[in-house]
Amino acid sequence: MTEEQTNTTPAPKRGVRLSTQIIIWVVLMALLVLVGLGLKKAQNPIISIGSEIPDFPLTMFEGYSYQGASEVNISDLQGKVVVINFWASWCKPCEQEAAELEEAWRFYEEDGEVVFLGIAWTDTPDNAKSYLERFDITYPNGPDLGSRISSIFNRNLGVPETYFIGRDGVLRSIKIGPFTSVQEIQATINPLLADNIPTGE
Amino acid sequence: MKRLFWITTLILVLSTLTVATVSAQGSTPTDDEVNAIAKQMYCPVCENTPLDVCPTTACKEWREEIRGMLADGKSEAEIKQHFADYYGARVLAEPPRTGLNWLLYVLPPIAIVAGVFVLFRALRAWSQASTSSPQRATGAGADEDEAAPSSDDEYIARMEEELRKRD
Amino acid sequence: MLADFGFGVLIVTFVVALYSVIAAIIGERKQSAQMVESARRAQLLTFPLLSLAAGVLIYLLVNNHFDVSFVYEVTSRSMPTYLKVTAWWGGQAGSLLFWAWLLSAFTSAVTLRKWERDREFLPWVIVVSSITLAFFLSLNIFFNENPFARFYQTIDGVQAYDFRPVGGIPITPQDGQGLNPLLRHPGMIIHPPMLYLGFVSFVIPFAFAIAALVTGRTDDRWTRITRRWTLWAWLFLSLGLVLGGRWAYDVLGWGGYWGWDPVEIAAFMPWLTGTAFLHSVMIQEHKGMLKQWNMILIILTYSLVIFGTFLTRSGVLSSVHAFAQSAIGPMFFGFIGVTFITSIALLIWRWPELKSETEMKSMISREAFFLLNNLLFLSVLVVCFVGVIYPLASELFTGQKVTVGPPYYERANGPIFGAMMALMGIAPLSAWGKSTALTLGRALWKPTIPALFIPMLAYLAGYRQVVALIGFFLVAFVVSVTLYDTFRSARARQRAQKENFFTALARLAGRNRRRYGGYIIHISMMLMAIGILGIEIFQTETQGTLAQGESLQLAGYTVEYEEVATWPDEGAGVQYTRAVVDVSKDGEYIGQLYPRIDFYFDSQQTMTIPGQRSTLQDDLYILLVDWQPVSSVGATFKIYHNPLVNWLWVGSLVFITGMLFAAWPDKDPSLRPVRVNKRAAEPSAAD
Repeated sequence: MTEEQTNTTPAPKRGVRLSTQIIIWVVLMALLVLVGLGLKKAQNPIISIGSEIPDFPLTMFEGYSYQGASEVNISDLQGKVVVINFWASWCKPCEQEAAELEEAWRFYEEDGEVVFLGIAWTDTPDNAKSYLERFDITYPNGPDLGSRISSIFNRNLGVPETYFIGRDGVLRSIKIGPFTSVQEIQATINPLLADNIPTGE
Repeated sequence: MKRLFWITTLILVLSTLTVATVSAQGSTPTDDEVNAIAKQMYCPVCENTPLDVCPTTACKEWREEIRGMLADGKSEAEIKQHFADYYGARVLAEPPRTGLNWLLYVLPPIAIVAGVFVLFRALRAWSQASTSSPQRATGAGADEDEAAPSSDDEYIARMEEELRKRD
Repeated sequence: MLADFGFGVLIVTFVVALYSVIAAIIGERKQSAQMVESARRAQLLTFPLLSLAAGVLIYLLVNNHFDVSFVYEVTSRSMPTYLKVTAWWGGQAGSLLFWAWLLSAFTSAVTLRKWERDREFLPWVIVVSSITLAFFLSLNIFFNENPFARFYQTIDGVQAYDFRPVGGIPITPQDGQGLNPLLRHPGMIIHPPMLYLGFVSFVIPFAFAIAALVTGRTDDRWTRITRRWTLWAWLFLSLGLVLGGRWAYDVLGWGGYWGWDPVEIAAFMPWLTGTAFLHSVMIQEHKGMLKQWNMILIILTYSLVIFGTFLTRSGVLSSVHAFAQSAIGPMFFGFIGVTFITSIALLIWRWPELKSETEMKSMISREAFFLLNNLLFLSVLVVCFVGVIYPLASELFTGQKVTVGPPYYERANGPIFGAMMALMGIAPLSAWGKSTALTLGRALWKPTIPALFIPMLAYLAGYRQVVALIGFFLVAFVVSVTLYDTFRSARARQRAQKENFFTALARLAGRNRRRYGGYIIHISMMLMAIGILGIEIFQTETQGTLAQGESLQLAGYTVEYEEVATWPDEGAGVQYTRAVVDVSKDGEYIGQLYPRIDFYFDSQQTMTIPGQRSTLQDDLYILLVDWQPVSSVGATFKIYHNPLVNWLWVGSLVFITGMLFAAWPDKDPSLRPVRVNKRAAEPSAAD
């Protein structure tokens, strides 16, 4: 950054070396790009209606399984309508919709075309299990390990939030807040059921 | 020999008693013990709030979880690791030293050392530039350069220096 | 109607500011003094205009005009009038207007000074400051942060609009949401204005720096002008930081004063470079060195101010302090980009002209120590900057959210602060120019001896923590050196002028306000260091649930739970839960404390107010926490014992004194010192 003065008489003053200039500009641009990307990320939701859901695994609580396995990948569920509900035992509004969700699940369970997945967000295992027992929830449920699943859906997730994924693995609907009735849940699912998109790549 | 035998027995008995006393403390970990660990972690839900002071229901449950883990005999490191695995790395007060996070620990020291290097080189260049110029008489007097004041002219020299350095 | 008028005033001010920019540029290009004068007048006009807009907003706030969305968000009927006024900066939209108003005040003040000697700077100072003002106003006007927007009902529902939409019906809610309870504390009332004053006032030195770069008048003139402005800006910023710490201690309920939260750091970073500037500018005046470096420091300080404000307000950082997300992010980002790029381009362009004769006789001369001071401050800056930016980078590149917290900052900055303290002790006794280890040692050994007694005494008293011993030694060292140097100079003057000692001291200090003001500030920092060392190293805490009559013990204190009462205050909209505890020390009863929990109905938030007993020796700090439900049967208390912490606040009072002393104009403005230099130098005149 500093240059050496060659002698005491007024020497021809050199500007900043080109290499130094390049370094300065590169560093500045890198910083601006970094901050700009951060801003974009902060301002935009990670995922929106129409985006494809990346694959992730859900390891379930004891006593919960899907088709015999205690772990399921979202990609396994391609071809079915998937309902992902984020909740927590300390969340009062979640309690409002717990019974409705279970009822809706039982309604669709037999046909096997709709899968409900409950994700306990930043919840302690014991409290999560007592919540599930309290509302007699039978659909597959598991913890959001490392908060990784929620970070796929929403940087600033709140609970309860429910995400509806169509048969093609694309996000179709988002519900922030509790459902007020089973009919509301069914009204969101039925149009997605009607899509008959063939499975397979 | 006999003395050795009694001493050994005494030591064994004492240590057993100590161990027994310690394990008899299977009582609930105190709030202080929970806080000592919670202090080092952050609330997974709220922004930048340490876990020991966070008032939300969620945080209360986490503190109870810490209490339970302490009662099970888990160590501080194990508890922190469990929380990081279960809730994400942001609950820790410092990023774990893996992957990209090394950048955080390595960049500042490198930058500071680079700064020291630049400063050192600049100082040396400047002091070499000055030694190449003609020497002047040193000592107190109407001079800019001043050795540590030690003479009777000290006040005058300082006064002149003060005047020069003023606004 | 009034709100629409207020909005109209904002728009007019925006146009006036833009006009000022354009007129200044045209005036400068065409060398038309008339145009420049017109620009100057336009800039002056912005202050009364914005005062009018502010007046309107305050009127709306105080008179419960809840149809205005900002008033709805930050006030409620139950708030007292003075709080409604301070709610002006209690939300994003209002605080942006507050910022703009302060900015116009400062730019007007600068416009009113005598410009005869600096005519070339004037247009560019106007351009920079008016563009900044226009920018902040644009956030209010165009980016969804209009403090005068009102609620209207349309087919889309009820929303806030700048102007009445077609077919919209004005809606007036019955009551407002009320100010966040955390903001209702006296410390919080004055902390934002103080911080904003600090931030905003850095625009002026920056404007002069840019003016100097653009015009090529890169001699000392801009330094002399900006030095005083920078000093005041630095004072306000320092006070803002201290007040924030006091507020955190009193109200946030975690027994601490600084959490290394990203937003705190965002305000701290410009303070670091500002302090570095205040020191290195002394070398420039004394030795003519470091013009380039000083230019960099001023630009860096202002850039950090804008950058920090951006981080706080754009939602990029996660923090307890951060404002809610808003649309101003991208515009702000654009402004930062323009600021950084323009400044660096100008700096590179004028780099050769900023060269100064640099001559360093010795690596341990005072000049060298000032440079070391700068290196230390910038090292802390690097640590802080990386720590603040890293979570952003981590989330972008790995998707992993991480927290960079106190352990990182304390570990990295602790030793650097220690080195700074050592330097504060060594540098005042160093000599300008020629200096050897021998001369330095000779100057230093006398004040070092008494300083050594302190850690020795502490060690004998049983304190073995190494950090504490080193810390207290350094504090004693700095105080000792500072007092010794002052004493010696006063003594010398006393002998030479045949004055009484105290007169000598007063005259000496009076003619050297900067130096002795600086000494007072250094000492005040050491007092604050005592407080910080006390609380950081020796703090103890305990927590427990007590039934009535039971007690907790901590550090010789016994705290006994007497009773609890809970009652609502409908007028203020609060539910109070107050516990009474008896406090004894070493068996002797010393009084009662009243920790409480305030629950605010309108915002559904609680505040935990500690019961504090403060002496110079320590603080006993008791919180009523609701780990378990509070009742007469059982209440949970958390007690902190913070030794020496009140020295932090004492130190800050001394700091203010020192600052005022340093900033006050010297007694004899008639004296015009000339810097004597071996090489031909420009004579510099006093401001």
